Amino acid sequence: MVFLSSDRFNAGLLARFARRQFRPNRYDLIALALIGAAAVLVVHGASQMTLPVGDLTLEPVVLDPWRLPGYALRTTIRMFAAISASLLFTFVVATFAAKSRKAGLVIVPALDILQSVPVFGFLTFTVTFFMGLFPRTELGVECEAIFTVFTAQAWNMAFSFYQSLRTLPKDLVEVSGQFHLSPWQRFIKLELPFATPALVWNTMMSMSGGWFFITISEAFTVGKTTVTLPGIGSWLALAIERRDFAGVAWAVGAMAVVIVLYDQLIFRPIVAWADKFRVELTASENPPQSWFYDVLLRTHLLRALARPVGAVLALAPRPRLPKIRTPKRMARVAANPWIDRVWIVLVVAVVGWAVWTIGRYVLTTLALGEILSVFGLGLITLVRVVVLIAVASLIWVPIGVWIGLRPAWAERIAPLAQFLAAFPANVLFPFAVIGILTWKLNPDIWLSPLIVLGTQWYILFNVIAGASALPNDLKEAAGIFRLRSWQRWRDFILPGIFPYYVTGALTASGGSWNASTVAEVVSWGHDKLQAKGLGAFIFKATAAGDYPRVALGISVMSIFVIALNRSVWRPMYAYAEDHLRLD
Amino acid sequence: MTLTLERLADDRPLVEVRGLKHVYGNGAGAGLVVLDDVNLTMRPNEIVGLLGRSGSGKSTLLRSIAGLITPTGGTIRVSDMEGDDTAHGVAMVFQSFALFPWLTVLKNVELGLEAQGVPAEERRKRTLAAIDLIGLDGFENAYPKELSGGMRQRVGLARALVVQPSILLMDEPFSALDVLTAETLRTDLLDLWSEGRMPIRSILLVTHNIEEAVLMCDRILVFSSNPGRVMAEIKVELPQPRKRLDPPFRALVDEIYARMTARPTATGGAVGGNLPGTGLGIALPHVSTNTLSGMIETLASSPANGRAELAALARDLQMEADELLPIAETLQLMRFAEIEGRMIRLTPAGRRYNEADIDERKQLFARHLLSYVPLATHIRRVLDDRASHQAPATRFRDELEDFMSEPYAEETMDAIVSWGRFAEIFAYHEDDDRFSLDDPA
Repeated sequence: MVFLSSDRFNAGLLARFARRQFRPNRYDLIALALIGAAAVLVVHGASQMTLPVGDLTLEPVVLDPWRLPGYALRTTIRMFAAISASLLFTFVVATFAAKSRKAGLVIVPALDILQSVPVFGFLTFTVTFFMGLFPRTELGVECEAIFTVFTAQAWNMAFSFYQSLRTLPKDLVEVSGQFHLSPWQRFIKLELPFATPALVWNTMMSMSGGWFFITISEAFTVGKTTVTLPGIGSWLALAIERRDFAGVAWAVGAMAVVIVLYDQLIFRPIVAWADKFRVELTASENPPQSWFYDVLLRTHLLRALARPVGAVLALAPRPRLPKIRTPKRMARVAANPWIDRVWIVLVVAVVGWAVWTIGRYVLTTLALGEILSVFGLGLITLVRVVVLIAVASLIWVPIGVWIGLRPAWAERIAPLAQFLAAFPANVLFPFAVIGILTWKLNPDIWLSPLIVLGTQWYILFNVIAGASALPNDLKEAAGIFRLRSWQRWRDFILPGIFPYYVTGALTASGGSWNASTVAEVVSWGHDKLQAKGLGAFIFKATAAGDYPRVALGISVMSIFVIALNRSVWRPMYAYAEDHLRLD
Repeated sequence: MTLTLERLADDRPLVEVRGLKHVYGNGAGAGLVVLDDVNLTMRPNEIVGLLGRSGSGKSTLLRSIAGLITPTGGTIRVSDMEGDDTAHGVAMVFQSFALFPWLTVLKNVELGLEAQGVPAEERRKRTLAAIDLIGLDGFENAYPKELSGGMRQRVGLARALVVQPSILLMDEPFSALDVLTAETLRTDLLDLWSEGRMPIRSILLVTHNIEEAVLMCDRILVFSSNPGRVMAEIKVELPQPRKRLDPPFRALVDEIYARMTARPTATGGAVGGNLPGTGLGIALPHVSTNTLSGMIETLASSPANGRAELAALARDLQMEADELLPIAETLQLMRFAEIEGRMIRLTPAGRRYNEADIDERKQLFARHLLSYVPLATHIRRVLDDRASHQAPATRFRDELEDFMSEPYAEETMDAIVSWGRFAEIFAYHEDDDRFSLDDPA
């Protein structure tokens, strides 16, 4: 799902986009088939590469606090590499999708599906590829780790950029056309600045997603391949394996420090800077603040840095404006229907081939009964996600409203909730194992809360934002007419915060599905607990290197996520946009 | 600006538009013709105004000349001034200002020069000259959001002038500004124009403000709507500076009002006065029933006893023609008022309406709505005929789209829903987009 900022402007974009896409259309099916076929091919190719990679002899991780800063640095660099790759991907793919109608028809549903595929899915299918690319070196493993983080980040960023490009303000587009800006100038002056606020927000959300999977990307086992890269993630994995409480605590502390530094030194300054790219011609009431940004401005460091960049940009190609646009015959150039037809035939042919490939692969290895049983597991995880989102909502909506209506509290707590959302909740999973073992609880039930442990904060901070935005006149009217308890909630507060709540719940729901792949199987040393569900199925299949079952599990999960989004969240979003907007 | 461009006596046309036609959509449907057989010649040293209702295609014509739209048919020539490197092409000033919020005033003005690849030093020099000319000194480093509307539009003007176009295209440049600011900007622009300090040869101005057109233009093309055609060409030969209260000025404004409200010559069937379309296909303007009542009351209380000059009315009510005419024409359609030339007069029914209390008003309104607005009659009949007394609104929307383009159909539906609700002749439910005969009580 594209992550939405609490900025109502961006929310409007999604709603407009969402409204058109309740039901999966044929392009969804096309994209699903193509992605599935690609996965099958990668595995096929990889299995022929005869790669008994085994355990790479890498520098082993040592649980020594003095080495932790070094590990943290390596992890941070990996995160940077991944986010850079995601940005590059975003600019290329989203631009292509927005500029070319034909490419867009395939890319947009593909992105939508890719962002619903759990990160594990990519890991399984690409690990052999990367290790084959750089055999017996650390580089391949590093690439794999970075790629895993990339798959947790790229799709929503690309989606957000695509949506921005499709909703450029018409008058600014006309100015660009009228002054004959070159494509590059158009990108720098119009498209990139316009897309920046939404893109920055999505990049921040992507970063959180990346942290969540850092433990997986640095220490993972796929079939016979076990990889451990030095970093906070693998430190944590090792500490858990050795039941080393101090080690886990150190890792949690280090991660907290890194996330705070990231937030204060990188994202906050960027958010403060990006505020000037909002399209509204009025100054924002509460412009985002960043002490570090202010410092940078005062030291003129930014300007010094910007100068060489500006010089490079100035060298960019700029065709001269033809002096006159003289006598020209205006003729309507209709789109050539034949090219469209050829394109459609081509797409149909490729999709037919893709379906055939997948069908052959899955049916030769899996029985129909098993496929159905995996759908059953999907239903169990669905129930888990829905119930826990509901429980989290019951807890956090009243608390969020209480906080949101008190500006002094909201100011302090909202950033905390955002920090908690960014913090990888899976580092706390071992404590759940200890608790469940100590009190002999049923893991099917008591492991479930873990899937919302990290994602519930999205609900909280969005509800806080919604309650803070309730207009003062309505608050006064509710007071004057003495709306009490239930009526006050039903007629005023709930409808008022609903659009924000949906944003938060939709984000939380997407994250929870992804989290289920690591939350349904949790271990502490040799104690391993697992809950029945699709996440556990995928986890086990991955660990066993059982490609057909991983493919099946991933596909089923994608289908569930897409179905839930299309049938519940997007209609709710569209309803909120149509009926409950307060402006 | 160091520009001393002489107005050449050369009378060759700067722009020649011949037989321009533009059709929205696939080009097959009727009623989607935005512009039909439009001809326009622009010569040096003149300000030409395009005057018409919203939807009369005047903006489309402007954008076609700017090269932003490729019209369906016809030719457009924008000719060059040979041997003169300073003025070429066109530049446009937008109603919404269209400034880049993330660029400073300086950068916004520089935009066009940068696109042309003008070297940085010259670019800066010319930009500062334009900023100076337009009265923006001191604001160079401000961002648009820090500026008032008037200042923003000055930036828009400077940005257009700095590329030294031969023709300045202005798309309702003052309509987003308050009255006082708009007046200042008009005066400043006319001063620059009459002193020849702007590097342009002529101005093409789109407006729906009749007084603005008479104040500024040498020639006014009046557009009819749906489809947009040039209905009249009016030469304004009053000397500059013009005064709004001079009798010749007033007479010209009145004359244009009369032309804009003239009934189509061929009458027959249920015509909507000057509202485009006939019968079911009349495109209704979404005018609130409160506004209609207010207009009836204003007319009834006028000193001339239910009669008023449209132009005077517009002046008194601070309304532009584009706002006033739909109200007047709706009243005419429903037989509450008559438009005769430049005058509007209440009918006996209109007087009765004025004197009635709220319930009687609703009944009277309902009777007239059902009698004179075919769409209302149609919806009511369908609802009466059906056993369920319900009908989906899409059904009527689709019918309307046989006659008119989608935005018109949308507005017509909005109008009929709000009038129908006021008259209590049917109910509309937004949640599931249907009409019914339910009594909400």
